[in-house]
Amino acid sequence: MIQHKIRVLVAKPGLDGHDRGAKVVALALRNAGMEVIHTGLHQTVDQVVETGLQEDVDVIGLSILSGAHLPITKKLMARLKVEEMDDTAVLVGGNIPERDIPALQEMGVTAVFPTGSQFEEMVAVIEETVGSRTEV
Amino acid sequence: MTKKIRDVVLESGIPVKPVYGPEDLAGVDVAQEIGQPGEYPFTRGIHENMYRERPFTMRQYAGFGTPTETNERFKFLIDNGQNALNVAFDLPTQMGLDSHDPLAEGEVGRVGMAVDTLADMEVAFANIPIDKISVSLTINAVAAPIMAMYFAMAEKRGIATSQVRGTAQNDILKEYVGRGAWIFPVEPAVRLIGDTMEFCAHNAPKYYPVSVCGYHMREAGANPVQEIAYAYAIARHYIQVGLERGLQVDDFAGRISFNFDIFGNFFEQIAKFRAARRLWAKITRDEFGAQNPRTMKMKMIAGGGGGGLTIEQPENNIVRGAYYAMISALSGTQTMALCSYDEAYTIPTEKAALISLRTMQMLIEEMGVGDTVDPLAGSYYVESLTNEMEARMVAEMKRVDEEWGGIVKAVSEGMVQREVAHQAYRHEQGVQNGTIHKVGVNVHRQEEEERDVALHPYRVEQAEESIRRTAEVKAGRDEVAVAAALAGVRKTAVSGQNLMPSMMNAVRTYATLGEITSILKDVFGTFQEPVRL
Repeated sequence: MIQHKIRVLVAKPGLDGHDRGAKVVALALRNAGMEVIHTGLHQTVDQVVETGLQEDVDVIGLSILSGAHLPITKKLMARLKVEEMDDTAVLVGGNIPERDIPALQEMGVTAVFPTGSQFEEMVAVIEETVGSRTEV
Repeated sequence: MTKKIRDVVLESGIPVKPVYGPEDLAGVDVAQEIGQPGEYPFTRGIHENMYRERPFTMRQYAGFGTPTETNERFKFLIDNGQNALNVAFDLPTQMGLDSHDPLAEGEVGRVGMAVDTLADMEVAFANIPIDKISVSLTINAVAAPIMAMYFAMAEKRGIATSQVRGTAQNDILKEYVGRGAWIFPVEPAVRLIGDTMEFCAHNAPKYYPVSVCGYHMREAGANPVQEIAYAYAIARHYIQVGLERGLQVDDFAGRISFNFDIFGNFFEQIAKFRAARRLWAKITRDEFGAQNPRTMKMKMIAGGGGGGLTIEQPENNIVRGAYYAMISALSGTQTMALCSYDEAYTIPTEKAALISLRTMQMLIEEMGVGDTVDPLAGSYYVESLTNEMEARMVAEMKRVDEEWGGIVKAVSEGMVQREVAHQAYRHEQGVQNGTIHKVGVNVHRQEEEERDVALHPYRVEQAEESIRRTAEVKAGRDEVAVAAALAGVRKTAVSGQNLMPSMMNAVRTYATLGEITSILKDVFGTFQEPVRL
């Protein structure tokens, strides 16, 4: 059986220009054997979803450092629903206060990785989530 | 029996001996290389007496929500002893979008204040004596219209443009590398900087139109040597642009200032700044033929450094702030600002901003750090490290030119960005595998931490307030005048002439930032980001 390489979209939605974390995570996931696509800055939610569709990704990772994570994630989850992309797992990282994590999870976000999260944990969560979704 | 000692290699790659001595200064020409403060090559400081005559300026970054709220925070800081302002604009403003723009949704007033028109600028500075208090505008891609608003506001208050003091950050090349608030492609973006420098050289000679930032590139992952090297490569390019406009180097280059970071190894940072002063003096004099010592003096804000602060055990960040402030003061900065202890959480609360202010004040009032100039001069370690840092900065600048084809090409094609991202990745690997120690993160952790950090609240209503206010301003405008002014902006953008006069016209009619920027986007296009990991 051919091992499916996990495809991850690392996205910078909204106007926030802080992309150190997103780039570092992208490199870490690539080094863990995943196929990583980085959107670059200033993406609209529509653009992120569009790219996710085109690139046929398993995971969309949102990186938001401006504090606008709740409105942006809400918009993204709604758009994914419209596109019927239920198989795409969503992760959120960045400047995420602990008190906002439940709200994000309620929106359907698989996991939240605030600043200081470990690469190992991200890789494990992704592998587990994607693994369980592609199981026949 | 040999004792076992730690290996120490600085971030810049310099190995550190356990003991330095006179032999490390053998061959150093003390008069030429260390010299006197206030004299070429300014290693010891750009002024003769430094803080003995006047302490460093304290300029905490501030701004959020509506201009009214920002005005209140400005007054709070001034009342508590801050003697200069540094204005934070929200992301829509930084990206040339009005508050009602769909792309601005969720972001209005979040990381800075929302400015759509000249009216907002007027409210922000109400009852603030801008002729006495220096104002720095942290604005880059749309520095030209925002500067125009500032000059127009000053004009309305009876301050002639020729008398306006202040600074605009206005350094677009670093945006592509480490801050991300870019809009236009590189060439027209740099053209705008040329326009502002030219305009100020002729019309606003007391204004500092450009502050080249190593800061954000360091925050993005650049090591201390690279921070200076890339900043100087950028500054050199801006000087070349000014010279191409027919300006004399001594007429404008002395009003390019710098913004540098202060977190990291204590002595590496201090040596970085001393080396940076000496190197800038050499570049301006030897490469550009500057004759006025003012041009050769590297003026800086040495502040921050968010990159060193942690989400874990946030009170530790108060102490880090104090250590970084010491670095900055011992390095002879002109201006200082500190990231507040809630840096990893939110923009600063009043309490957090006050602690930062007090940190700097205690340093001046109680610690005697300013009693004598460059007290570390002559230190075997510090002088040795200063020389080593300078050599590496020169080598890195050479690399930009010879390996990457110059800073403009390097930035346009993503080579600097890639280098910085890889440095950031290596650093993060070091933190995660424990080879780089961070207290509270990978050493001296508290698994059950009680993080009592009051978060600065985001008022959802203020976006609506901004939108409403702009609608009111628009309702009161002379639309014929606005249209004519905007047509003037378009014409000048296309013709290549200096855009500042038409910017001034436009902002005086209360044309919005979004209206002006749309025209520029239409004429210039938008930057295609080279994402190379």
